[in-house]
Amino acid sequence: MEYFVIVIGAIFVNNVVLSQFLGICPFLGVSNKVETSLGMGAAVTFVMAITAVVAYILQHCVLVKYNIEYMQTIVFILVIAALVQMVEIILKKMSPSLYQALGIFLPLITTNCAVLGVAILIAQKNFNLLESVVYAVSLAIGFSLALVLFAGIRERLELDDMPKAMKGVPIALITAGILAMAFMGFSGLV
Amino acid sequence: MNKLQLITKGLIKENPTFALVLGMCPTLGTTTSAANGLGMGAATMFVLILSNIVISLVKNVIPDKVRIPAFIVIIASFVTVVQLCMEAFVPDLYATLGVFIPLIVVNCIILGRAEAFASKNNAFDSALDGLGIGLGFTCSLTVLGAVRELLGSGSIFGARLYEGDGMLIFVLAPGAFIALGYLMVVFNKLTAKSK
Repeated sequence: MEYFVIVIGAIFVNNVVLSQFLGICPFLGVSNKVETSLGMGAAVTFVMAITAVVAYILQHCVLVKYNIEYMQTIVFILVIAALVQMVEIILKKMSPSLYQALGIFLPLITTNCAVLGVAILIAQKNFNLLESVVYAVSLAIGFSLALVLFAGIRERLELDDMPKAMKGVPIALITAGILAMAFMGFSGLV
Repeated sequence: MNKLQLITKGLIKENPTFALVLGMCPTLGTTTSAANGLGMGAATMFVLILSNIVISLVKNVIPDKVRIPAFIVIIASFVTVVQLCMEAFVPDLYATLGVFIPLIVVNCIILGRAEAFASKNNAFDSALDGLGIGLGFTCSLTVLGAVRELLGSGSIFGARLYEGDGMLIFVLAPGAFIALGYLMVVFNKLTAKSK
């Protein structure tokens, strides 16, 4: 039951993009086509799950143990950057087909604040290891859901007639606002 | 480009929020009021200026291949400094901004300026560039915060301007997207005319 609450809360109620404002850059950047946004979503889910495990181990076995919690930001960002690089190399060797599918999105993930955000949030929330992974994967699913929904809307928006000043990012932001409003309907769920 | 232009270009021509559309997460996440926007902008500006200075000083020492990780470490160190200072001196603001303070590390504006400007210019110019872009970012955040605070709770910087409850939606998440979207429309209209 507890896990169920974490999953629903992270996917719908506190959606990572639409209510916590993490990962807006890829949200606005790669959401032009449904297909690419699916790829990005898969890559983020993959990296976030690994990050959750690594961040949990680092937080409890290194930072807290040696009383150096103030080094958190530096340690996490370095580890994530190295991790993304490593995932890329391993995927290239082990599973070329998966690498083909996720390849171009992996370098972009280092600068995705949702990944560093999830590491810090897990450290703050005092989850145990399994809860951390469930939480991270749910957040990533929420990210993918918002991305795919948004891409579907944007594909149609391309063809619409609108004032020149509204084209591109402004109309995308306003659309995201309305989408966020729709997601607020979930807020009583948990 | 003269020294004054280095500072002023960040306000309109290369405004990080409205013209370049960088650093969207803190822009949307922290601007629930004008004061919060100002605080976040100031913290980012501080990191931007100092990291620009240090990166331009050490640019010849760092091998080209590892420059991005090196830049990130420098930026992360200054973010930690800001984080600890804010926790000590403005604990209320620190609590409101929350996770967005450590997330200054991954703000694309800072790494972008390090790569595009500080790694090619001297320390003084880099400091001015950091000041200019930082001011532009702070102004955008303060304006967005002021608009959301005015529409959402009827006050600016905590001073009440009209009675009543205001439209709560502007303080919540959807209002951030919508307010920024319309501000961008206004910005595009104004800059298109001046060209």
